Amino acid sequence: MESFSPLSAALGGSLIGLAAAVLWLGNGRIAGISGIFGHLLPPVQSAVWRLVFLVALVLAAFVAAKLFPQLGVGGVEPPRLVEAPAAWGIPTPIWLGIAGLLIGVGTRIGNGCTSGHGVCGLARLSVRSLVAVVVFFGVAIITVTVTGVV
Amino acid sequence: MAAFKLPYLATAALSGALFGAGLYVSQMVDPFKVLRFLDFTAIPTGGWDPSLAFVIVPAIVVMFIAVQIGNRRTAPLFDKAFNTPTNTKIDAPLVGGAALFGIGWGMSGICPGPAISLIAFVPDNLWIFLATMAIGSFIGSLVMSNTRTQKLADA
Repeated sequence: MESFSPLSAALGGSLIGLAAAVLWLGNGRIAGISGIFGHLLPPVQSAVWRLVFLVALVLAAFVAAKLFPQLGVGGVEPPRLVEAPAAWGIPTPIWLGIAGLLIGVGTRIGNGCTSGHGVCGLARLSVRSLVAVVVFFGVAIITVTVTGVV
Repeated sequence: MAAFKLPYLATAALSGALFGAGLYVSQMVDPFKVLRFLDFTAIPTGGWDPSLAFVIVPAIVVMFIAVQIGNRRTAPLFDKAFNTPTNTKIDAPLVGGAALFGIGWGMSGICPGPAISLIAFVPDNLWIFLATMAIGSFIGSLVMSNTRTQKLADA
């Protein structure tokens, strides 16, 4: 439990909720990152606001890390991606490429990710989103155990 | 068109900025912190990190309040209508898509929000991950449009 950080988690989570609230009450849009990212690609539907949103997201993460480096990864400690578990005999870039591909396909055909289904969908009391959340959390928990990635 | 007016784009920028700051402050930018939540085998040994739950619950509560406020209005501030998702079907693409996403998330500890925010820190292999995520999303859009075309053809 040494890495458990309920206060910074709740503060960060509230900021994410506020981000979703601003986009909903301002523009009537769901702050689902897979959708905002996916619709930058062809077929493109009004890509401008999506690009503005994503650039602001990256810049704010950068600035927050400079302002509050003591929070940890991205601040005092450089973030790392996982390495492929040795037992699988797959090079890390290919492992991450497979993961990225599955996430891209899955969030597109399932129409949402942790933010769109998890935050916005559950807040809208959507049964569809609840099913998605249960499935992707359940499968992710099983995958971590099966792959031994940590 | 609303989508190109300044207040609309400023709102998108503000929302994106709050989102990115929230991802850093909550440390969800760290794939290993996410994996320490997803690793339930660590619960008996005391190594489990429940932080992710402490991120998502307040986020849902804040958005829930916003949805209630929105329900009393006919339109958002800067557009003509709320883009309320209309699909309520629990179908194979929903469950299958969520399952594929779950496998990728469990393999990497990265979901799309943190993936984008990590551009601020450019860890090794990030570009491969983002490129394949984009390709996957494009493949998914082709799969979905074929399914829809097939349904129209069947109808």
